[in-house]
Amino acid sequence: MKVFINVRLKDAVLDPQGAAVKDILTRAGYDFVKDVRQNKLFEIELNGETAPVQLSEIADKFLANPIIEEFKISR
Amino acid sequence: MSVYDTFNYPAVNPETACSMGLSVSEFRLAEKILGRTPNYVELGCISAMWSEHCSYKSSKLHLRKLPTKGENVVFGPGENAGVILADGDICLCFKIESHNHPSFIEPFHGAATGVGGILRDVFTMGARPIAAMNSLRFGELNNAKTVSIMRGVVSGIAHYGNCFGVPTVGGEAVFHESYAKNPLVNAFALGVVREKSIFTAAASGAGNPVIYIGSKTGRDGIHGATMASGEFGKSSIEKRPNTQIGDPFKEKLLLEACLELMQTDALVGIQDMGAAGLTSSAFEMAGRAGSGVVLELDKVPVRESGLTPYEIMLSESQERMLLVAKKGREAEVQAIVQKWDLDASIIGRVTDDGLVRLLWHGEETASVPAAPLSDAAPVYDRPYKKPEGFDTALPDIAVPKDLNSVFYRLIASPTIASKRWIYEQYDHMVLAATAVLPGGDAAVVKIPGSKKGVALSSDCIGRYCYLSPRKGGALAVAESARNAAAVGARPAALTNCLNYGNPEKPEIMYQLVEGIEGIAEAAIALNVPVVSGNVSLYNETEGEAIFPTPVISMVGLLNDAEKHITSYFKREGSTVIAIGDFPNRIDASHYLEFIHRTVKGEAPEVKLNFHKTLIDFMADAEDVLSAHDLSDGGLAVALFEMTIKNRIGLSAELIPSARADALLFGESPMMIIEAEGENTIARLEKFGLPYKIIGKTGGDTLTIKAGREIILNIEIEKAAVIYEKIITELMS
Amino acid sequence: MKAGIIRFPGSNCDADCFEAARDAGFEPAYLWHKDKTINVDLVILPGGFSYGDYLRCGAIARFSPIMEAVFEFAEKGGLVLGICNGFQILTEAGLLPGALMRNRGMRFICKFLNITVETNSTPFTRLYGIGEVLSIPIAHGEGNYFSDDITLNELKKNNQIVFRYHGENPNGSLDSIAGISNRRGNVLGLMPHPERASKLLLGSSDGFRLFKGLLG
Repeated sequence: MKVFINVRLKDAVLDPQGAAVKDILTRAGYDFVKDVRQNKLFEIELNGETAPVQLSEIADKFLANPIIEEFKISR
Repeated sequence: MSVYDTFNYPAVNPETACSMGLSVSEFRLAEKILGRTPNYVELGCISAMWSEHCSYKSSKLHLRKLPTKGENVVFGPGENAGVILADGDICLCFKIESHNHPSFIEPFHGAATGVGGILRDVFTMGARPIAAMNSLRFGELNNAKTVSIMRGVVSGIAHYGNCFGVPTVGGEAVFHESYAKNPLVNAFALGVVREKSIFTAAASGAGNPVIYIGSKTGRDGIHGATMASGEFGKSSIEKRPNTQIGDPFKEKLLLEACLELMQTDALVGIQDMGAAGLTSSAFEMAGRAGSGVVLELDKVPVRESGLTPYEIMLSESQERMLLVAKKGREAEVQAIVQKWDLDASIIGRVTDDGLVRLLWHGEETASVPAAPLSDAAPVYDRPYKKPEGFDTALPDIAVPKDLNSVFYRLIASPTIASKRWIYEQYDHMVLAATAVLPGGDAAVVKIPGSKKGVALSSDCIGRYCYLSPRKGGALAVAESARNAAAVGARPAALTNCLNYGNPEKPEIMYQLVEGIEGIAEAAIALNVPVVSGNVSLYNETEGEAIFPTPVISMVGLLNDAEKHITSYFKREGSTVIAIGDFPNRIDASHYLEFIHRTVKGEAPEVKLNFHKTLIDFMADAEDVLSAHDLSDGGLAVALFEMTIKNRIGLSAELIPSARADALLFGESPMMIIEAEGENTIARLEKFGLPYKIIGKTGGDTLTIKAGREIILNIEIEKAAVIYEKIITELMS
Repeated sequence: MKAGIIRFPGSNCDADCFEAARDAGFEPAYLWHKDKTINVDLVILPGGFSYGDYLRCGAIARFSPIMEAVFEFAEKGGLVLGICNGFQILTEAGLLPGALMRNRGMRFICKFLNITVETNSTPFTRLYGIGEVLSIPIAHGEGNYFSDDITLNELKKNNQIVFRYHGENPNGSLDSIAGISNRRGNVLGLMPHPERASKLLLGSSDGFRLFKGLLG
């Protein structure tokens, strides 16, 4: 069983890496690109079932820094 | 069916050998040593051990010409790194090594693992790394490809060195078209160790356990050593899976664990797994001790399933060490290793049969005699000859009318301009001992536990070596010695990285032989032993060789690290003196290359006696306020570089002994010093050095007159902005 | 007085802090990240790349066993100094507000620069004058201080901004913040490295008084 936890900088927080990728794409002529945000995706393999609240705990406590980042869990 | 057969290895014949980079005659030699045809695993080990990268088969004969002995030498070439005495029993351990091919294929990881490899070479000897440098060569910085290679290389070096915690204090970056498709990344590291604590890589004591620590083994870098021993073709990019990924955090843990292990007496020998991985560490450790080892390959920790003995032996996964411990002390080793969050696995033991035997679940899959394999490694006396019809004659070039505008263009040459964009990405101050920061002639780092400082400089001017291979080699030694002298240090020993093209071409072999002889000549004259080094051949892409580039990293010593000399003017009204003979021609200069787009003429005279005296004059000098060496860009650029930091200008007057552009931009071994006056003049007289007082510091311009005529008049502020910013601009 | 320098896996300025603390007159000792107790007068979290900084800078180190003891120690008013990676660990641990993000220019930057002392009412800055300009190097890739407006206003109101970059802001840091303290003033985090400006050999000794001042 695998779950995915995606961690991203909150919209209000500047993402210099995403902005740099956006610049490169624009300079390369892909002018349809409006904005880029770089996310981190964690693939987590589980030993059997785990309660969603435990996954949130992992994300909140370890994987994301709630001051600047938010996360989303998917299966 | 035997275990060997279960792996379905290809049949072994001369073609198999060739596919691994061996020649047919080398294959026959291997058969002779073994008394039978090697199997596939054995052939893999042999081809890696006999690759150019590991065996130095094309250069060995000539490397013997280098002076490797000296009163201060503890270990010369042949160990993981060279060692010299610095102060009492405090020793310096250092080496430079190339990672050119991996860095072209994958600049970030190639450069990063180059740094990782050289750091391991140093701490394998028991030394804690205290400084690193990098010599870099790229194509001209005017295209996206070169920009992206350089960005990757610099951030790779920063990533590894910064995290590991070694200050990257200096180096060089040179830009020329000949490196466009074959960039050079030469990594240098220096560590400090007490003489009695030096460790060597010998597997002695039959029955002692062979222990593996560090990262797990994956498929990365299989046959990397062979890759570094062949020319680049168009298909090189397909070799990408070969490039390794480095983990500097793991390496930092390995460093701490190894140094702590070495403080116990549980350890017998230690060797890192570098090029050719477990193969070279096993063969070298057994070969050095005249012993044998038996390895149970199924016990090697692996990162992915299904690795075969062949792959395990040839993987170049990074951050791995092989130890030999005393029998019965395994638990002690394990405890220290675990303290640093690493694992130790016993994967074999030392034997006394002289064989490297490889087992898989108890059954033998390979058995090769260790010593004969390294002792009988092929050595080639490759034919060499001076290239015919190589026209170096200088064409007629008129003196440009507006030398001021030439100057502003010249300082915008990335080879000359400030390398701030590069070195500010490197942590050059960690360990809080960097006394002279990057950007000067040489960096100075205080030696822990001593008052002394170590001066570090890396140099080579490839176009000199291209035009005059022998002089070029000698000039590289002379310049690096001069740079050490400029900070007040006495050159103590050097390490070299010989970057050349394909040695099977007699013209390239000629460059190599002449280069080595030039280095030997200068090293002998200046009494600077060569204690370690590396040879990187086949630096060619699609048949085009790089400029011959024997990089010299000089290690000098200052009696008092605090009394170093820096390269910028300190005050107004002091006397500026040029030591040496003024340049009188534009031959072989960077000015000629960058402004007139041609590399022609003769390299400058080397003048070894002059250097010898100059070193004596500068060593621990207390009357010199600042000093700077003349190099790319000539006298005008050297003087300008002294004015930048404190924005203190200079009015200089030269004797009009040559055409104006030669006086300003021509190249010749010189040192410019700022002095208070009489005392320094008296010392120069005493040493019998040729010198001339050229002017007084002050003002906000650099003005140079030839006789009464002003030939250069530069606004320092305007020029400094160009000089400081140009690489940043080109990189964005 | 005793200074304890915590060694996390990947710390690399531990020896530099040890030496600076010793030169200032402390009796220094290393603390191991797995220790559970602290018996010193000053705790230093040195720079480096704890756990490789692979998740986020300082994010893993804050879960080290010793951090429980650091919480307690700070709670009781003990002096805690976090430099560079140490500052990052303190913010991740919640001992200091805000977060340190990737430098605006995206590159690691190592160089000498100037910072101003914004307050001398902390034990760390009592030997400096307010507004004094210090030459101290930085060396980081993630020193871009960030907090929300409410936190920033709190910091200002309570005089918790201890150092600001003077002139050039090297990393895009909010309000040019280079170092902050907790409300009580006994926990300080800063990105610049005072231990690298602790003697003339290094080109500046402006950072030395920070250590000296803590001896009271």
